[in-house]
Amino acid sequence: MRARRSPRRVLPRPGLTVASAAAVAVALLPLVYLAVRAGEAGWDRLTTELLTERLAVLAGRSLALAAVVTAACTVLGVGAALLVARTDLPGRRAFGVVAALPLAVPTYVAGFAWIATVDGFAGFWAAALLLTVCSYPYVFLPAVAALTRADPGQEEVSRSLGRGPWATLLGVTLRQIRPAVAAGALLVALYVLSDFGAVSLVQVDTFTRAIFTAFNLGFDRTGALVLSTVLVVLTVLLIGAELTTRTRDARYASTAVRPPVRLGLGRWRWPAVTALLAVLALALGVPAVGLARWLAAGVSRPGSLAEIAAAAGGSLSVSLAGAAFTMLLALPLGLLAARAPGPVTTLLERLTYVAHALPGVVIGLSLVFFAVNVAYPLYQSRWLLALAYATLFLPLAVGAVASAAAQSPPAVEEAARSLGRGPFAVFRTVTLPLTLPGIGAGAALTFLTCMKELPATLLLRPTGMDTLATELWTHTSTAAYAAAAPYAAILVVLAAVPTWLLAARTGLTDPGGTR
Amino acid sequence: MQKRLSVILTATLAGLLSLTACGGGDESDPGKPGDKRLTIYSGRSETLVKPVLEKFEKSSGIKVDVRYGTTAQMAAQLLEEGERSPADAFLAQDAGALGAVTKAGQLATLPQEVLDRVPAAYRASGGQWVGVSGRSRVLAYNADQVTQDQLPKSVFELTDPRWKGKIGVAPTNGSFQAFVTALRVQHGDARAKEFLTGLKANEPQIRDNNVQIVADIDAGKIAAGLVNHYYVYEMAKERGGDPATLKARLHFFPDGDTGGLVNAAGIGLLKRAGSDPDARALVDHLLGAEAQTYFATQTFEYPLAAGIPAAPGLPQLAALDAPKIDLNDLDTLDATVAMIKESGLA
Repeated sequence: MRARRSPRRVLPRPGLTVASAAAVAVALLPLVYLAVRAGEAGWDRLTTELLTERLAVLAGRSLALAAVVTAACTVLGVGAALLVARTDLPGRRAFGVVAALPLAVPTYVAGFAWIATVDGFAGFWAAALLLTVCSYPYVFLPAVAALTRADPGQEEVSRSLGRGPWATLLGVTLRQIRPAVAAGALLVALYVLSDFGAVSLVQVDTFTRAIFTAFNLGFDRTGALVLSTVLVVLTVLLIGAELTTRTRDARYASTAVRPPVRLGLGRWRWPAVTALLAVLALALGVPAVGLARWLAAGVSRPGSLAEIAAAAGGSLSVSLAGAAFTMLLALPLGLLAARAPGPVTTLLERLTYVAHALPGVVIGLSLVFFAVNVAYPLYQSRWLLALAYATLFLPLAVGAVASAAAQSPPAVEEAARSLGRGPFAVFRTVTLPLTLPGIGAGAALTFLTCMKELPATLLLRPTGMDTLATELWTHTSTAAYAAAAPYAAILVVLAAVPTWLLAARTGLTDPGGTR
Repeated sequence: MQKRLSVILTATLAGLLSLTACGGGDESDPGKPGDKRLTIYSGRSETLVKPVLEKFEKSSGIKVDVRYGTTAQMAAQLLEEGERSPADAFLAQDAGALGAVTKAGQLATLPQEVLDRVPAAYRASGGQWVGVSGRSRVLAYNADQVTQDQLPKSVFELTDPRWKGKIGVAPTNGSFQAFVTALRVQHGDARAKEFLTGLKANEPQIRDNNVQIVADIDAGKIAAGLVNHYYVYEMAKERGGDPATLKARLHFFPDGDTGGLVNAAGIGLLKRAGSDPDARALVDHLLGAEAQTYFATQTFEYPLAAGIPAAPGLPQLAALDAPKIDLNDLDTLDATVAMIKESGLA
């Protein structure tokens, strides 16, 4: 029985694999569109658009920005995670929650605030700073989760063999959390490649900006889409690079979590607190001051409370639909990744990332194309928008489900089965409850990312429906900043709720740090 | 075994998809002529256009569903939708976007009596779109940094080393592209190319849009910039004051210089709405005295119909020494785009 269900089979769990493949197909819809349009453009057009010095420069700059931001986010994210999870930092539980909150601030809101606050805030390093303070939680959150759940046994062995606490931290603990950090770093890198809001505000010419420029210049769709194919290639390279950091056995958690050993910071306690506060001032303080200034400096006001409520309702409803749909697609993939690791699973899981670095406008247009040609009844319904969110954010959800499922050893399920439970009963009574925290985390992360999404929302929303993000865009595009400020504030506050939930479930906030 | 779970998941997925299929159908506009419902794609901002459309709904009893986006994005969406577009009308910020959709054969020809309400320069020669409001290209400048006597007579002077690093431009903006096309039409490709090369060599301050340029001029970060005339008024409105209190001022290029091109924001009807009385009512409303007065006094644009005067403080459209350019001649956008790219400005 055990041998027959060994995970070494080439195509394990056919049903789960098929459901996963269906989810991947959804995530790859934009690629079909790109292929169709690139095919129409023809080889000559492709070569003349792509083989230019300017594109090489832009691609180089995008990759450099991605490298700088990813490195900075890794240092910042892991550093902050170690401080709150493994040291005696004063107020570490509060820091653990607050340090995740920058995830709730859309980069375009932060960008506006920085420009208004700092004179001459522009250029490559401005973009790097902006993107770093907005996206380091992508590394911080998984790092904290991994640190609070890592098996202290390995550390204890290291200590007992004579290594000091810091040497153990560097040599054992960081190694344990490496897969979690690498996955977060990949998300950061892909986000930087796809970001348009921040880079356009601080005037850095990146590849994504070239795509938007092509759309605007002469309304040239084909040129823009041809450029997008390059982003797909860059993404595949990044995914390959991240794969090399994966170890064979990524199951790093133990079921019985003991409180980890905390390191004494000694006289570094207060410098560490100051450093964290400084990061938070940049990530949260500047946007808050920026919004307050908008309100104070302008006389425009949003239409009415009803309008704001309608926009908030729109945001909530499409983001909930998006998160639900994304989780539905992510569940089989996440379970497959945790229960049947192997080449097929890895391929399927990695494929969900391929469209992740494409700018929202390309995803939006590809779903317009899909709906108009294949699923017209879906067109301009919120379900198509939910589908777009799923293609955009599936990797966020799959990662969360997979890591939660990986933490529940298959032995528990097998024991339930051997005691006579049917597979569905096992799923309902064992797998689902054990995976539920992961599903919740994935849903929260997807939900808050959906809230912030703008370009695809503009293209795909039902006609006449507003969200907080679209209202914010509407008002800022006519310089009505004071009217925009309440939308931005509510957007950040609503997105902060799932962020808080995410931070809370890392286990940091539990009394005594035990679970 | 595990299969059943997957079957359940797949079934749920399929169920959700079919549910969505039903949900989507109810909301869309069947788009029958005369059904008192219109779907409008607006490349013009909601803040500027919504009040006019609300008035239209009230006076006509026609319900409008509006999609707002940027003009370029709306054009891309319409082109992607092709014949299946649910849109009845396309409200665009500039003639170029209307031209792109016209070229794809998606716009219906408007009746002559509608077209005749607007001067010939501000409507499609084939009759597929009509201008609703005019916007003049200007040089906005910071009054502390540029004195009256330093203001250029011609846009060509901006390639002079005197303006090095001081000029804000938004090369990816439709309004800038229309201006470059006008340069090509008036002065030929060689001269236009020379201007762009000279401008690039003068290290201009590149921005994404006119709003950013005007804000930077007012803040003293840039001395001057090529923008549309109404942005300064929009900013004054947001600050709650008179444009005269701003540091940013307007300079209209004299003597028919290309720098003073007057472009039009306009409307075109998609083919499915060509004979729809509701759509016709919308066009009539936009060209009527009430809407034209709104555009003059609230968006600070130039009314193009109904003999309405421009906002106080602005020179009248007729008094502008705008270049004699037919917007229909500005349809060679591809060449302009290639030229802007080649110059390194975008």
